[in-house]
Amino acid sequence: MSKAFVAGTGMTAFGTFPDRRGRDMFAEAGLAALDDAGLGPEDIDEVFYGNFIGTLAENQGHQGPLAAEALGTTAPSRRVESACASSGLAIRDAVRAVRSGEADVVVAGGMERMSNMGTAGATDGLARAADDLFEIRSGVTFPAAYALMARAYFDEFGGDREDLAHIAVKNHDNALVNDHAHLQEEITVDDVLESPEIAAPLTLYDACPISDGAAALVLLSPSYAEEHGLDSGVAITGSGHGGDTMALQDRQSLATAPATRDAAEEAYDDAGISPDDVGFVEVHDCFTIAEVLALEGLGLYSYGEGIGAARRGETRRDGDLPVNLSGGLKAKGHPVGATGAAQVAAVSNLLTGIHPRADAVSEDVTVGLAHNAGGTVASAAVHVLEVTR
Amino acid sequence: MTDTQDGCYDAFLDALEASDGYYYECADGHALVPPRRVCPHCGDRELERVELPETGSIVTHTTVAVPTPQFEDDAPYVTAIATFGQAKLTGILRDVDPNDVEIGQEVTVTVDTAETTGDRTITFDRHS
Ligand SMILES: [Zn+2]
Repeated sequence: MSKAFVAGTGMTAFGTFPDRRGRDMFAEAGLAALDDAGLGPEDIDEVFYGNFIGTLAENQGHQGPLAAEALGTTAPSRRVESACASSGLAIRDAVRAVRSGEADVVVAGGMERMSNMGTAGATDGLARAADDLFEIRSGVTFPAAYALMARAYFDEFGGDREDLAHIAVKNHDNALVNDHAHLQEEITVDDVLESPEIAAPLTLYDACPISDGAAALVLLSPSYAEEHGLDSGVAITGSGHGGDTMALQDRQSLATAPATRDAAEEAYDDAGISPDDVGFVEVHDCFTIAEVLALEGLGLYSYGEGIGAARRGETRRDGDLPVNLSGGLKAKGHPVGATGAAQVAAVSNLLTGIHPRADAVSEDVTVGLAHNAGGTVASAAVHVLEVTR
Repeated sequence: MTDTQDGCYDAFLDALEASDGYYYECADGHALVPPRRVCPHCGDRELERVELPETGSIVTHTTVAVPTPQFEDDAPYVTAIATFGQAKLTGILRDVDPNDVEIGQEVTVTVDTAETTGDRTITFDRHS
């Protein structure tokens, strides 16, 4: 299978920007990605745009064309909605368009604007990634859904809140040098344990913040990259998508993420690699427990082993497998529709050496992976990125 | 938010309320909570209606401190997933100290109204 070259990346700072319209944030990220690639709006064949709650947050449906317009083109564009995996799957669609030969230059990214909704409004909006009949009506919020999984995990595999706290501490620490991060603030295990409970056993510091922001990438077909001398040296070489039932109650196990496992297996096969080849990862840590479910689903840890990884230091930036060098969703922030694209951009920038934490990636590392989960992992997108020269 | 009519889901709540709960089972033995036309695990459409056992057992739970606006006056409250035979239901556990809730605890299921909206919600009671 052919590769999709990453020619450019761009993102806004993630944070609280209640007065900024989404189209403006996406324009900032997308134009930066185009500038980085040395391309212009006239070069774009197609736009793939991830967004989750724009219909509620900005009273705006049909955001695909709006996203393209924001980049200075009326090229065909679609909005991809898959909750928190919206732009991870927008990238997958973009990769498929490039690989099929239907497009040479695509912009893939996403945007979310949430802080203007307030905490109650955002909680309400985010809950809609769960099943309305079976979960929302039974009082399940989004943090509650992950809390249900966290408690089930403790029961099935062991581990405790302190293990989870180490994940939050690690990701905050990684974000300290990332000026695009929503939270640049050192925290301690005690800070996490003592922060207010939002959905027991999870507390405020187990959760990512409610963020606004946008991220975008320019992907190229190999032939176009070669013809125009735009070989950036990094390509998406594997892509996978896994699915599961919407509601937790319909799953066999509440302590694992089969959609992540399926997406990872597909992406590894696609790239012709195994988990052993992966040097570092950006995973979906909307809540601390989500990082554990991700690492185990990706086959980087066996079930029950992922929870202690941060505490043992293995996933810290000086460990064997650095996880979430960008700060993760936890500290970098989680503008839902922008997250998947921001992760892929971070992996690309870490491989090319332009990311502020690139010094944590050893020179012999040539493979990084991005994992983006939607809902309670009813959707998962996994992308393998490799240095190609 | 109003208690909109949702056909078979309302009928399911009516049945739970009348202590006449049921679930569906496919030929492969997957247990499914209505409404369903087909098993998401195996695609089977020959779903058989099975009586929901009277008591269930909590498999996981959480205490929600930050609710959606629809549950503003209900918070803090305990939401749990409980298994009734093969079927799992998600509901609010009533009249408990959150610190006393444990995995494995036996519950019964009914339907009650949420304080904030008056909408019906699946509710668990501790089995005595
Ligand atoms: Zn079945």
